[in-house]
Amino acid sequence: MSGFSDNIMRLSGRMLSQYPAQRDWDGKLTMAPHPGIIPTFSIVTLSDNVPEQEIMKWNGWGYSDSKFLYNKKGQAEFTGKRYRLSGMIIPGLREWMESTFSANLQHKTPAAPILNSSAVQPPTLNEAFLKELKSTGIPFSHDAEDRVFRSHGHCLHEIFALREGKIGRVPDLVVWPNCHNDVVKIVELACKHNVCLIPYGGGTSVSSALECPPEETRSIVSLDTSQMNRILWIDEKNLTAHVEAGIVGQDLERLLNESGYCTGHEPDSMEFSSLGGWVATRASGMKKNIYGNIEDLVVHIKMVTPRGVIEKSCQGPRMSTGPDVHHFIMGSEGTLGVVTEVTMKIRPMPEYQKYGSVVFPNFEMGVACLREVARQRCAPASIRLMDNEQFKFGHALKPQVSSIFTSFLDGLKKFYITKFKGFDPNRLCVATLLFEGDREKVLQHEKQVYDIAAKFGGLAAGEDNGQRGYMLTFVIAYLRDLGMDYYVIGESFETSMPWDRVLDICRNVKARIVRECKDKGVQFPPLSTCRVTQTYDAGACVYFYFAFNYRGLSDPVHVYEQVEHAAREEILANGGSLSHHHGVGKLRKEWMRESISSVGMGMLKSVKDYVDPNNIFGNRNLL
Amino acid sequence: MYSSPPPTPFFNIADITLWTLDPMLKKRDDFEDMLEERRNSSDLRYALKCYTPVLYKGLTPCKVSELKQMVLQSDQLGYVITQVSKEKGVTSDEVTGEAAAILEEMAQRLQLSTVRFFAFTLSKVFKTLFRSICINEEGLQRLQQAIHNHPVVLLPSHRSYMDFLLMSYILYTYDLALPVIAAGMDFMGMKVVGEMLRMSGAFFIRRSFGGDKLYWAVFSEYVKIMLKNGYAPVEFFLEGTRSRTAKSLTPKLGLLNIVMDPFLKGEVFDISLVPVSISYERTLEEALYARELLGVPKPKESTSGLFKARKILSEDYGSIHVYFGQPVSVRSLAESRVNRSQFNLIPRHIPTRPSEEILSFVNDSAYRLVRAQEENMVLKPWVLLAFVLLQKQAAEEKQGTALDELTEQAVWLRDLSRQYGAFLHWPDHIPPSEVVSSSLSLHRGLVRISEGRAVVILSCASYRNQALNVFIRPALLASAIHTAASNRKQEIYNSFSFLRNMFSNEFILCPGATVQDFEEACYLLVKTGTLQINQQEVLITERGHRTLAFLTSVLDPFLQGYQVVCRFLCEQDGLTEKQFIPAVRKFIIKHLLTGRLRYTEVLSSDLQKNALAALIRLGAVQKIKGNNYCFNVFPSEARNRGL
Repeated sequence: MSGFSDNIMRLSGRMLSQYPAQRDWDGKLTMAPHPGIIPTFSIVTLSDNVPEQEIMKWNGWGYSDSKFLYNKKGQAEFTGKRYRLSGMIIPGLREWMESTFSANLQHKTPAAPILNSSAVQPPTLNEAFLKELKSTGIPFSHDAEDRVFRSHGHCLHEIFALREGKIGRVPDLVVWPNCHNDVVKIVELACKHNVCLIPYGGGTSVSSALECPPEETRSIVSLDTSQMNRILWIDEKNLTAHVEAGIVGQDLERLLNESGYCTGHEPDSMEFSSLGGWVATRASGMKKNIYGNIEDLVVHIKMVTPRGVIEKSCQGPRMSTGPDVHHFIMGSEGTLGVVTEVTMKIRPMPEYQKYGSVVFPNFEMGVACLREVARQRCAPASIRLMDNEQFKFGHALKPQVSSIFTSFLDGLKKFYITKFKGFDPNRLCVATLLFEGDREKVLQHEKQVYDIAAKFGGLAAGEDNGQRGYMLTFVIAYLRDLGMDYYVIGESFETSMPWDRVLDICRNVKARIVRECKDKGVQFPPLSTCRVTQTYDAGACVYFYFAFNYRGLSDPVHVYEQVEHAAREEILANGGSLSHHHGVGKLRKEWMRESISSVGMGMLKSVKDYVDPNNIFGNRNLL
Repeated sequence: MYSSPPPTPFFNIADITLWTLDPMLKKRDDFEDMLEERRNSSDLRYALKCYTPVLYKGLTPCKVSELKQMVLQSDQLGYVITQVSKEKGVTSDEVTGEAAAILEEMAQRLQLSTVRFFAFTLSKVFKTLFRSICINEEGLQRLQQAIHNHPVVLLPSHRSYMDFLLMSYILYTYDLALPVIAAGMDFMGMKVVGEMLRMSGAFFIRRSFGGDKLYWAVFSEYVKIMLKNGYAPVEFFLEGTRSRTAKSLTPKLGLLNIVMDPFLKGEVFDISLVPVSISYERTLEEALYARELLGVPKPKESTSGLFKARKILSEDYGSIHVYFGQPVSVRSLAESRVNRSQFNLIPRHIPTRPSEEILSFVNDSAYRLVRAQEENMVLKPWVLLAFVLLQKQAAEEKQGTALDELTEQAVWLRDLSRQYGAFLHWPDHIPPSEVVSSSLSLHRGLVRISEGRAVVILSCASYRNQALNVFIRPALLASAIHTAASNRKQEIYNSFSFLRNMFSNEFILCPGATVQDFEEACYLLVKTGTLQINQQEVLITERGHRTLAFLTSVLDPFLQGYQVVCRFLCEQDGLTEKQFIPAVRKFIIKHLLTGRLRYTEVLSSDLQKNALAALIRLGAVQKIKGNNYCFNVFPSEARNRGL
């Protein structure tokens, strides 16, 4: 490593936080010693000179120290100290994996342990750009590791290639602007020297949005916003906060919590994804029922484009000034410029939080209940419905229970539900709930929701099950890495649809996945499961999870992509959307025209042509 | 020597793909006689046997009454009820009451005890009437699998009243889910029997209810709910009615459209359509049909009529072959044909007129399915004999035919039809002469009368018609070669195309498949050494003349029939629809008696109607909507078209 790069490393370290053991396994809030009062996060800030890529895996999800593995006894274990599940044995996981995928611990497919820098193409540098960049004093690097780290998101094909040590086109240079003005300078230089810029936030994209277009011949510069991570001000009168766009979700919440506030925006990726990324993809948070999605949370956006800076002149809560220019920015996926600063709504931290869960005899009843909850507009902060396969999966992730009493209670519950209430264990499904607010209202709200659930045959199934459900969200991404160690590949994708189509889409897409796998020569039945994750007045958001054992396939990633493609076709044919919040990127571009019509495409295209005529923001997403 | 040359590509379609890619042209299964066991064990025990069929995996069991509630409470019906109540200015309760009454009149009340009763009596009846009832058991296994996986629609061919009883009888015997069957309202007239049929799964639909929104809504919702929930396989006849001529009828699209709808709108993952081919060696209704075609009115269905018909019990009706075809997935039919997202923008419970795209998709599918029925229809030696005898009769060889000559011709035709892919059931282990004489004896009623009586001729024709689908494409080509002015390929194609278009009301010829049909015919005739085809020309081989002569005469009666209808129309100044059949019949009889017409079978009203429909379709005749539906004939046009 050159001395130059060494110097950069220090700067590239993001202000990451490592949480002590009591940090909740769902990666968010820790339950207080006495329930009902939410403590602030305990913070141990790492010294600034630990580079991001040493805390984070370079070829998998999340923190380097946190992963699933099978220990010497062949039991599944989750390592590290960050999550509640960390350091625990998960006795059911092995059997679940073996029976669901016909996976075998003898058949391993380990990843390449370290990045082979020689596999990375030497950077194509624009010397004139570089020279002027140096004079600005903005840190940059063309170290191979830095470049590879910012060359991908977390699509299956991206991670699979990294594990095999295959590196495609990567950015030629990484720059770390420290503030809005740095970004203005970089964009000006890029325009002047015709350099391609790709903004990089948290790197959690699952739409191939960060992939460098292979046809790009110019020098590609990854603009890493991670140093722009400050809260610039908090306005308690108007309940807004002005924040730099590079801040990562968990840091934003933690810092706001210190002042007694929160944004309440909690996408599943909030540990790693950034505010700028949320704006650029139209993100959605788990608790949108209380706080809203990103478009509801944003009051003001500042973005640097090749044409200059775009922002509004005031922070009025709503305006009638023609089409809202924020909507050109939100969802632009890095094709128009870099979001640098955002004013967001904030809320006082909730006094009380309570998890819950409901068991339904079948998925149909569960969906009917969610629909009714939405009709009555009484959805809790979060309400999610897992199908039977996911319920079983959640069950397999139960950590070893320490007391005989707990396991006795579990047995009793199971007996009550399956024998006494007559639920078929192969059909029942579970909704997980999260209530938030002041204590009395939460309890009242809780009763209302459970009363509705009862009308649909739902039985309250305890806080524990609910909490474990939300934990699943955060560890499922780690599980994919475990699967990939044993010939299992998979991914999730999402969509949104009107209420009357929820059941049809869930059924048809799951069936299509199974059928396509069979047709494409997959030797073992795949896991094909879904859950309803958001409810709206007029519809819902559904996540599909899909994974299979690829032993016997010569090109598993290609098969995977064909199946996902077919699944998306099925979604669209049945009236589902192209994406609810993951965005389009390059992965789903081919369906844009049919999704928004040719005229719609033309409108977007003309905005792009005006704002960025030379395609400086050349990641080629969306259009 | 001309030994099957490689097929010549003509319109850039490799004709060989027709045979390898078309899933409906697969190898056929073997048959088992299901009556054999009935002859060897107790019918009573059989009727009382334990019946536990495999059901649809997504089934939520429900009672007949719950089914009705589901229909009445459906969003679809609710929408139409509101609409109708607004239009008519009556309360929606009244309309709902009306809907409930329609449903009451329509609904089946399938119950096992009635089915057991039928199982017992039909066993007795079938054993008396038929020598055997042969089933392809592999087809039943496929069906069972299909029923488990997806909602199933059974699509049997329709040649006899017997068809749907027979279907349920088979499914009961093999422990398969009993179907609900769409039946015409005529059966309702038969008091007791109608109710019995209802209890064995029949539901009754009015023959015409064109403008009645409410009726349509109740009916379509009823069918869809039974299908979607996997309540039972839904059975109906694509041809709409019994074919009196044994030729497949142009498929009706209404019900097929209804059963495909749940798939197109994403309400089920897939639907399996199972074509079933039922062939009778001797049709119970043989003489009845012939009389009907000659204008003797069809007797009204009545219970007493049924008892009068019991004299047929003393006769021998040979065997029945039932072939359960390969299930056809609606999903794969629709793939890259239908853009399903066209339903995304309107709530699915609001009834909408199907788009052109959907209509043409349903139409094409219907033709494919009817062709699948045709292709798996078992042909008996008698069918070939009917060909030979009719051609001889027309050639006015009245003195009868020597048995060995008949045998020789039948054997020749047997070999030809096999080469054309006919599903011929010819017992090869028996000397051909015996096959011929035993066929003749089964049909002695038709053969003995050497006089060309019309009823007999038409009955014979209906047997011959069973094999027409095997020969129709080559026959069209042969006639095209015959009529074309030169042997240039393009010219022959043009004349083929004209003939095919002309006869597309008469035979099952898939719309828009002229090129494929031409290729198929060329392929067959080249394969069998009848023709040689090079880049430009079509040449007849030395030994091809006999085949061509035979094929031309296959189409001859129809050509003559259409010609005579044209001639008749040219002599008219206008005619009402009602007058047409009697008048044309009179005209034909006159010409037959003077000996100017060779083919007695042009007396068939079916042919006359088809000819008229074709002429209207081609614009040679115009239907004027006025006080008395008049046909305006454009004789010059008809003549110009070569008739």
